[in-house]
Amino acid sequence: MSTESAPAPQGNIAEDQRPRIAVSALTTNLREYGLIIALIVIMLFFQFTTSGTLFKPVNLSNLVQQNSFIIVMALGMLLVIVSGYIDLSVGSVAGFIGALAANMMVIWQLGPLSNPLVVSIVCLVVGGLIGAAQGYWIAYHRIPSFIVTLAGMLIFRGICQALLGGGSSVGPLPDDFKALSSGFIPDVIGPLTLIPPTVNAAGKTILGSGLTLHMTTVVLGLIAVVAYAYFGLRTRRKRERHGYEAEPFALFVIKTLVASALALFLVYEFASYRGLPVVLLVMGVLITLFVFVTKRMTIGRRIYAMGGNPKAAQLSGINTERLTLLVFINMGVLSALGGLIIAARLGQAVPAAGLGSELDVIAAVFIGGASAMGGVGQVIGAVVGGFIMGVMNNGMSIMGVNVDWQQVVKGLVLLGAVIFDVYNKNKA
Amino acid sequence: MTSTILEMRDITKTFPGVKALSNVNLSVEEGEIHAVVGENGAGKSTLMKVLSGVYPAGTYDGQIVFQGQECQFKGIHDSEHKGIVIIHQELALVPMLSITENIFLGNENARYGVIDWDANEARTAALLKKVGLKEDPKTLITNIGVGKQQLVEIAKALSKDVKLLILDEPTASLSEKDSQALLDLLLEFKRQGMTSILISHKLNEINRVADKVTVIRDGRTIETLAKKDISEDRIITSMVGRSLDDRYPPREPNIGEVVFEVKNWSVYHPLHAERQVIKGIDINVRKGEVVGIAGLMGAGRTEFAMSLFGRSYGRRITGEVLLKGKPVDVSSVSKAVQHGIAYVTEDRKTYGLNLIDHIKHNITLANLSGVSRHSVIDDLRELAVANDYRKKTNIRASSVYQLTGNLSGGNQQKVVLSKWLFADPDVLILDEPTRGIDVGAKYEIYTIIARLASEGKAIVVISSEMPELLGITDRIYVMNEGRIVGEMAAADASQEKIMRAIVRGEGKAA
Repeated sequence: MSTESAPAPQGNIAEDQRPRIAVSALTTNLREYGLIIALIVIMLFFQFTTSGTLFKPVNLSNLVQQNSFIIVMALGMLLVIVSGYIDLSVGSVAGFIGALAANMMVIWQLGPLSNPLVVSIVCLVVGGLIGAAQGYWIAYHRIPSFIVTLAGMLIFRGICQALLGGGSSVGPLPDDFKALSSGFIPDVIGPLTLIPPTVNAAGKTILGSGLTLHMTTVVLGLIAVVAYAYFGLRTRRKRERHGYEAEPFALFVIKTLVASALALFLVYEFASYRGLPVVLLVMGVLITLFVFVTKRMTIGRRIYAMGGNPKAAQLSGINTERLTLLVFINMGVLSALGGLIIAARLGQAVPAAGLGSELDVIAAVFIGGASAMGGVGQVIGAVVGGFIMGVMNNGMSIMGVNVDWQQVVKGLVLLGAVIFDVYNKNKA
Repeated sequence: MTSTILEMRDITKTFPGVKALSNVNLSVEEGEIHAVVGENGAGKSTLMKVLSGVYPAGTYDGQIVFQGQECQFKGIHDSEHKGIVIIHQELALVPMLSITENIFLGNENARYGVIDWDANEARTAALLKKVGLKEDPKTLITNIGVGKQQLVEIAKALSKDVKLLILDEPTASLSEKDSQALLDLLLEFKRQGMTSILISHKLNEINRVADKVTVIRDGRTIETLAKKDISEDRIITSMVGRSLDDRYPPREPNIGEVVFEVKNWSVYHPLHAERQVIKGIDINVRKGEVVGIAGLMGAGRTEFAMSLFGRSYGRRITGEVLLKGKPVDVSSVSKAVQHGIAYVTEDRKTYGLNLIDHIKHNITLANLSGVSRHSVIDDLRELAVANDYRKKTNIRASSVYQLTGNLSGGNQQKVVLSKWLFADPDVLILDEPTRGIDVGAKYEIYTIIARLASEGKAIVVISSEMPELLGITDRIYVMNEGRIVGEMAAADASQEKIMRAIVRGEGKAA
């Protein structure tokens, strides 16, 4: 009997596949590349308009330290937005956690509990609990996240101000704690002096002269670059061994070389100042972790599926309620970390800490290409989006652009990025 | 004599890389019902979009002559102005507005922007009478069924002084009874002199109402059949390009012991706590057996299946599910899946697929542990699985990285099926597995079902198409108003027997 069952033409699928994959590898990543290129162009623009201040090692360190909390929170926000929700409370939660940490360390005198490390851990747990409390209503009672977190925004800002005794600030915070934001990793290998600093007539060294490299930073940077190239090559090999097309080798080499060159340039910049900022290390670890979770782990896949079609996800055996709760717990923990970073940077807790930062965080995620409908968005996109915001803040401040106008420019950039996205999608 | 109202000449429409239509000709006489048939993806919808101005003049080649005038539509507004109204498969009504508000949406009887509601409602009442819908014009759309919503769409079309009515798969989501009523209405309009174009997959409907049939295949007009030449076999041959002697694949059932049993299953409505939707159902399925559940739309078949599958529907669910004689807990979807039960939804777009993600990710979604270790997904294994199932179920796509939202209905259905096949269930519940897909793809789905049964799976098929149930199942349960009202071996069953069981059951329930 005939089991032939394909009346319509099969097409020349096999023949077409080769060039198409090469092209699609480029086009699918075009948005990510485009974003990174946009960041570089913006940086070069400010490098020019600030007469070279932007890329000064000291300024780069500043830039990272100023914007790290936005990027840390953007990691959580990306998952929230990909899931199809929004969280407006992150700025207030960060402010509240900062106030809590300051009180625990300075005012309440809790003995061993006032140790900065213990305080930090307690604060992260509290952040998780806040996320759980908000996520519970969103996940299990289907209250719109916009409303729940709008309430959270008001509530936690209020508690933050109450904790600080209405308008005053609490500080100074211990130096050990401040190291989270303003510290640099210790140079266990020891510095390497390439050009000895100039000594002036009075016998004092001139600050910023000469060239001394922070060797631990250099070594860490080299390890990271080698690891990146190694894992890239390994993945390629594995694909080829299984008979799948990989992207063209030339493209791979160029990509790896450009990425490595950029990374090494930044490493050199940091090494010639005081080394890798602690907060950059924290951020790097978190970014790597979140890229891995979203790209390679089942829970990441489930989050994208839930954002893309919650009903279909549920009928595929995914516990969407619990997943939603986890996404908000994660957001709470990262908001708390953001709050700790802000407090550590300022050296004190202030009532306005993190005020309005939820908008910067959300903007970073959308500039990074996430969809407000859920189901679409990349960690790297959100990180680059965060840096674009940060570079604009930093560059415009150095240029002396009024804060009011800075907001206007940031708003236009957000709108432009999203219009660009929608336009591209419709064209495709 | 009749005259030609519409003439589409040599329509060619290309999308980047694809020629969707090439030199399509369509000629419609005044006052006839002209059916356009073709497989999914043949180009019917594209042709109608060209006609209605969704693809504006200039983006295609060819001529459109309507009522003797050559037309260059720049948008839907232009074509509607000429009296060409299209009713899409997916209804475009606003659920939280009333019937009147929907009918006159964008076209309100208003003076200086102030709406005269009395005039609108009076006109609505007249229109509703015309289409035979007995509802208050103030009723919200969300409170009436799909069949009635379809009638509201038609009333809306009539409000625009329609000369040519185009219906795209109008009965796809209607029950048998509503479909009949709709077709009767079309015939009534024809008597009043209106011209319609009917796009449909249901050949029996075309047989019943169409005066002419134009068959489109692969973006070309194959032929136009006159009334006397219309027959199902002729249309099918023309549609698929070869004769389908057997519409159902042959199968030698090899039936074993009872695998799946449901006892005294009762379910209440999720919102109306007093309404019992499923009233004490008992069914069983054997290894290698294909069991059908017949019934009219609204009999509670989907509700029954979804309540079984991890309580995805309803409240106060009672009853027992037994697998190989042992009671099992199916209180959540993941538990049901773990016990080897799978449910393939009737509504693949809403409940089956993540349309913004590609084929590969959709196929593995219900069984991610099958492609991962310690929760880390092995990308290459996933790719191999996706390619494997793409081949097995013959999904036509450029690669497994194509978005499921861009696939035709038949191929989407194959992706949903693949997803559940990869979860490797023992019991597979298929809800309207061939709804809205073309004849060729249907045959492929039947072949897959036959293969699964021969592999020893227990299969339940819910379908509103009785010939399909008679063709592919071994045993048929008939359901009506939340009860099983009949059970028969497929060999002894007939459409009449099934209908009789339903009618008798209706008497019992009353």
